[in-house]
Amino acid sequence: MKIMRLRQIFHFFLLGMFVGLSLSGLIYWGFTSIWFGNHLTGHLGQTDIASVTPWLAPIVWEGTFDSAVIDSIYKQQNITIATTVFALGKYTRFLKDFLESAEEHYFVGFRVHYYLFTDQPEEVPNVKLGQERYLTVKKVPSMNRWQDISMDRMEILEKLLENELASEADYIFCLDVDTKFYGRWGVETLGRLVGVIHPWYFNVPRFIFTYEHRPESQACIPAGEGDYYYTGAAFGGSLKDVHHLTKTCRKQMNIDVANSIEAIWHEESHLNKYFLYNKPSKLLSPEYLWRDISMSSDHIKIIRFSHVAKNNAEVRPNL
Amino acid sequence: MNIPGIILLRQNFLIILVFFGMVLSGLIYLNNIQCSCNQQITEQVIIKSKWKQKTFGLRSSSGLFYNQPSALVLGRTDVAPVTSWSAPIIWEGTFDSTLIDSIYKHQNLTIATTVFALGKYTRFVKDFLESAEKYYFVGFRVHYYLFTDKPESVPEVKMGENRSLTVRKVPSLNRWQDISMNRMEKLEKLIEDELSSEADYIFCLDIDTKFYGRWGAESLGRLVGVIHPWFFDAPRDRFTYERRPVSQAYIPAEEGDYYYAGAAFGGSLKDVHHLTKTCRENLNIDAARSIEAVWQEESHLNKYFLLNKPSKLLSPEYMWRDINEGAAQIKIIRFTNVPKNYAEVRPNP
Repeated sequence: MKIMRLRQIFHFFLLGMFVGLSLSGLIYWGFTSIWFGNHLTGHLGQTDIASVTPWLAPIVWEGTFDSAVIDSIYKQQNITIATTVFALGKYTRFLKDFLESAEEHYFVGFRVHYYLFTDQPEEVPNVKLGQERYLTVKKVPSMNRWQDISMDRMEILEKLLENELASEADYIFCLDVDTKFYGRWGVETLGRLVGVIHPWYFNVPRFIFTYEHRPESQACIPAGEGDYYYTGAAFGGSLKDVHHLTKTCRKQMNIDVANSIEAIWHEESHLNKYFLYNKPSKLLSPEYLWRDISMSSDHIKIIRFSHVAKNNAEVRPNL
Repeated sequence: MNIPGIILLRQNFLIILVFFGMVLSGLIYLNNIQCSCNQQITEQVIIKSKWKQKTFGLRSSSGLFYNQPSALVLGRTDVAPVTSWSAPIIWEGTFDSTLIDSIYKHQNLTIATTVFALGKYTRFVKDFLESAEKYYFVGFRVHYYLFTDKPESVPEVKMGENRSLTVRKVPSLNRWQDISMNRMEKLEKLIEDELSSEADYIFCLDIDTKFYGRWGAESLGRLVGVIHPWFFDAPRDRFTYERRPVSQAYIPAEEGDYYYAGAAFGGSLKDVHHLTKTCRENLNIDAARSIEAVWQEESHLNKYFLLNKPSKLLSPEYMWRDINEGAAQIKIIRFTNVPKNYAEVRPNP
């Protein structure tokens, strides 16, 4: 009798397991099956991020685009992407890593023309570039203040776009040089006017944003206004739009200088003002300009491009 | 004596706690739902832009207040807001209409809008136009182009300011399929001959339809397709693409992004011209081979959109099945087919 009971219990147990597993399987199939509408949320989908702004500009995160589809669209278009960096004074030390990592990750397979502005052309390292990748070095005067170096880029970019690039390139990106690529930066970033969300301000309320708030500055953004805080370390777009951006920022900065005021974050403040009233057609998530390769965040699935650690006091010409 | 009261309270303390917890959760939930759709304009001061250029960028004015946009939280979590090639898909809750209107109002746009009403289809014109005047690009300049074989049947509909209607006479046709397919050629010619200096964008809509909700500047883009209301939640091997390789509209079984409706598409003049021209050419090639695609020009449109991906997609809110039908994902019906008796209204079965 005892053996019979044991057997029964054992059978019940097996039956229970069978039913349980079948049910779990069914539930799992239900969730993943497209008949239940799963492809609506996108098997591409990250659901913890926003992939579009309220004015319908896409925000590019890993998982929001299919690189094979996007590459195939743009490969048909025979495009050239101009890319500008400024390496003055000791900042030339960042060039080697920047260029080498760009050759590995940045618009791979597309025509890229780097424009490198430096006050020491002899310090530019020899970096092997891939096919259809070009580098032009341009000498610029040295400057004593890193803030001036930073702000002056707007005028130099404006001139470059006016004088040289018009027939040369289809898109332009303007990047900081104290950076390095660690992952794909490709044609998903192309658009008419492209801004990058600042890595320190993508998940904070807007009163924390370091907009310029003094009304005396042309970069002033009143309290209660503002969409995102964009980084000055990376922006881009069509030549026409970036020319308008750089020209506007350059003019605004000159007005500020004449009024003896310097915006709190220099040209980045002016850039943010510009992007508030001339909304970007595409935003790049902080994957495209991250804080540091050794830092992580829940929302950042891949670090594509990041600042590199540096000793500010040692590398800058002034404090 | 208060003691029995306190004891009662103590006994039910847990229940009371749970009750308050539920109420609190409910309130938090409701608050979150509302926040994403809440637009607060406390002050609107439109400052004339210093850089006045037509269609230059997405220019916005200062003094416009709205909730902070988020990089992490989207208004809708039950639908996909972008395609795999980063084209936005427009659903209610994914855009801020006040912001969008303020951006596009700067651009002094004209939107050309074409409809075809041949034979008995003229009966749909009144409702179409009247509802369009209520919901379609309100506040913008719209120029309707109405193609019909019976101009005398076109009803008199009062148009708002900056809204105009041009009636074009076209020959009658015996088959509704031909009427449908022939539109591509008419549109191609219209854009070529007339519209280039006239309009900035064009939308081509079916006439047996009616507007029930906003259709605005959020729909504008270089090349815009509308997801078909019967196929937005089906796997692609169920899409009614043309499957015969002999047709120019052929799409093989493992290919395809979405199934687009032939009843509504649009974009810039240049892009829609290329679309209509390509479809017209492909329709002619098929006709020469005595083959008619399974869904006529809609099949060719789908082939075109597969190879020339739209820059923006409109959800089935923008072309729905019927005002009396619903679906979980459709929070607002903006534009929909109206019921009709096919046998009675079509020139042929």
